[in-house]
Amino acid sequence: MSDLSFVRTEMLPEKAPPASEIGIVGWLRHNLFSGWVNSILTIISLAAIYGVLSVLIPYVFLSVWNAESLNECREIMNETWGSSHGHACWAVINERWLQLLFGFYPPEFYWRPILSLVLLVVALAPILYSDRVSSKLLIVTALYPFIMPWLMWGGSVWGTVSVAFGFVAGYLVLKYATEALGELFAMIAGAVVAIVWWLFIAGMFVGAMDAILPIALETVQSRKFGGFMLAILLGVVAIGCSLPIGIVLALGRQSHLPIVKWLCVCFIEFIRGVPLITLLFVASLLLNIFLPPGTNFDIILRVMIMVTLFASAYMAEVIRGGLAALPRGQYEGADSLGLDYWQSQRLIIMPQALKISIPGIVSTFIGVFKDTTLVSIIGLFDVIGLTHAIRADTAWNGIYWELFAFIALLFFIVCFSMSRYSMYLERKLRTDHK
Amino acid sequence: MSELSTAREIDRSKMQVSDEVAIEINNMNKWYGTFHVLRDINLTVNQGERIVIAGPSGSGKSTLIRCLNALEEHQKGKIVVDGTELSNDLKNIDKIRREVGMVFQHFNLFPHLSILENLTLAPIWVRKTPRKEAEETAMHFLEKVKIPEQADKFPGQLSGGQQQRVAIARSLCMKPRIMLFDEPTSALDPEMIKEVLDTMIELAEEGMTMLCVTHEMGFARQVANRVIFMDAGQIVEQNEPEEFFNNPQSERTKLFLSQILGH
Repeated sequence: MSDLSFVRTEMLPEKAPPASEIGIVGWLRHNLFSGWVNSILTIISLAAIYGVLSVLIPYVFLSVWNAESLNECREIMNETWGSSHGHACWAVINERWLQLLFGFYPPEFYWRPILSLVLLVVALAPILYSDRVSSKLLIVTALYPFIMPWLMWGGSVWGTVSVAFGFVAGYLVLKYATEALGELFAMIAGAVVAIVWWLFIAGMFVGAMDAILPIALETVQSRKFGGFMLAILLGVVAIGCSLPIGIVLALGRQSHLPIVKWLCVCFIEFIRGVPLITLLFVASLLLNIFLPPGTNFDIILRVMIMVTLFASAYMAEVIRGGLAALPRGQYEGADSLGLDYWQSQRLIIMPQALKISIPGIVSTFIGVFKDTTLVSIIGLFDVIGLTHAIRADTAWNGIYWELFAFIALLFFIVCFSMSRYSMYLERKLRTDHK
Repeated sequence: MSELSTAREIDRSKMQVSDEVAIEINNMNKWYGTFHVLRDINLTVNQGERIVIAGPSGSGKSTLIRCLNALEEHQKGKIVVDGTELSNDLKNIDKIRREVGMVFQHFNLFPHLSILENLTLAPIWVRKTPRKEAEETAMHFLEKVKIPEQADKFPGQLSGGQQQRVAIARSLCMKPRIMLFDEPTSALDPEMIKEVLDTMIELAEEGMTMLCVTHEMGFARQVANRVIFMDAGQIVEQNEPEEFFNNPQSERTKLFLSQILGH
């Protein structure tokens, strides 16, 4: 046998790693004190964190919760700590938190937005946690777009029913006429039936039903809407509508039909090229010039449409990114099995493209939700607008930090939840190494 | 090129070519922009034939079989697959795709669906088979490709060879009359090529009409009843495998064979 020959007769057993690699000591050595430069940086960072907390903790926790005005707050601080500096006056939140949450919504009807919020949770549960929540709850999801406006704005229940009935009628026509007319014409017929119903018959239907069985909630005017509730309302509508519209726009932009494609491109590029503030001013001021005089087009509805369009354009681009990341083979795989365009989009392409786009989609959601505060500039009393209103009260003139800290907390809770949910979803949908 | 090392004899009892025409290609031409990829292709494939298409890369062999189920559009000439002419009519295209299975170099499994869902998707949505029946068929074909235990896993958890066998099973679940293979073993590690080729041989033994673009000349020798050699977008030579390998006629074929079999 030559010297090169070697045959292993037994395999080597696994050995435990050295003690310096594991446990707390190993972690500290690896992450904080892995060299003298890193050790110095660690100590400097710890000092900086201590500096911030030594100011922040007394400010937040050595604070005044009960007072009638900012002056009273300061007096209490001087008495207790000898200085009014460096202590928070949470009394303003204690006194005004309902207003910050609900704006000028009539207090006797607070149950309506609260119920809407509870129903929203119920409606979202089967979508967000489809593996744990019964899909029977989807019926709530389907009804929610009709129930929520009725609860929030009030009015006759028959108005809501007639709007919903238009959709049902359109859908039934689409479903049963597809066989006879083909998909395209059935779609057109369905839309025509729904529009005819809404424009000409719905009014009579509501009048008749109100005469027979009047069920109504007291109407709440749009100008009474405000506070964090308004942010949630605008955010939910914009988020809920922008995803489907964004998907359609993204598909349209990839379409082989030139007119569809250019319409989508123009829409997306125009909306993305214009600041949201401009669109909101168009909604609040300019639309009135173009609409026929006497039209009463609700300001919140106008803002909703603008915010939704704005979000949809961004959504379309995020989803287009996801579509572009899919290998061509996925389309070919779907085609070779005989799936048609909509089937392959729905079953193969979109589930994957949306999964890839989750971080981008949620970033857009969070951005849109925070952008809803811009409506304070066109005179709606959202939570930012209300801080001006509160300071206009002589008792609280001059108070800033506490209000904005509270607002920041509200937004942080919602946005952080969305971000955590997206991470959960990404983990759940991972199928590569499970 | 790796020679096929199947020890067993191939069972030729069902490998019969019938008179029925499966695919007819008449004077077909295709261009990519101004580049003439396929030139005057004429080819008739009968039901039960096993055809291997060989040729250097860029010779148009993949494009040719991708034209057969309209993944690529041809611009001139006529293609009739299983009695249906390929035209711009989407209905005809869908009809042909239902009857023609395709296996790709990169498998093209759907990574977001489990193996079982990959297999049942098309039968349920395209053939409108009830879910339970589709799942039974799927398990049947998974057993045939010898990986029924992987049914609930996802494609990303399987080896390349297993993924390709799943891809073959996925096509078979549609009960196709013709199977197209586009370099099915080119993306596989050498250890896994054999398991995929074994599956293809079994398929041939059952009398499936097959068109395979492949560099596996051992497979061509053993299984094919006809080998087609393409170069520069044209069919240069076609013959029975014995004749094709032992007695190639054209200079281009001789060069090609000497290069791939020469070491």
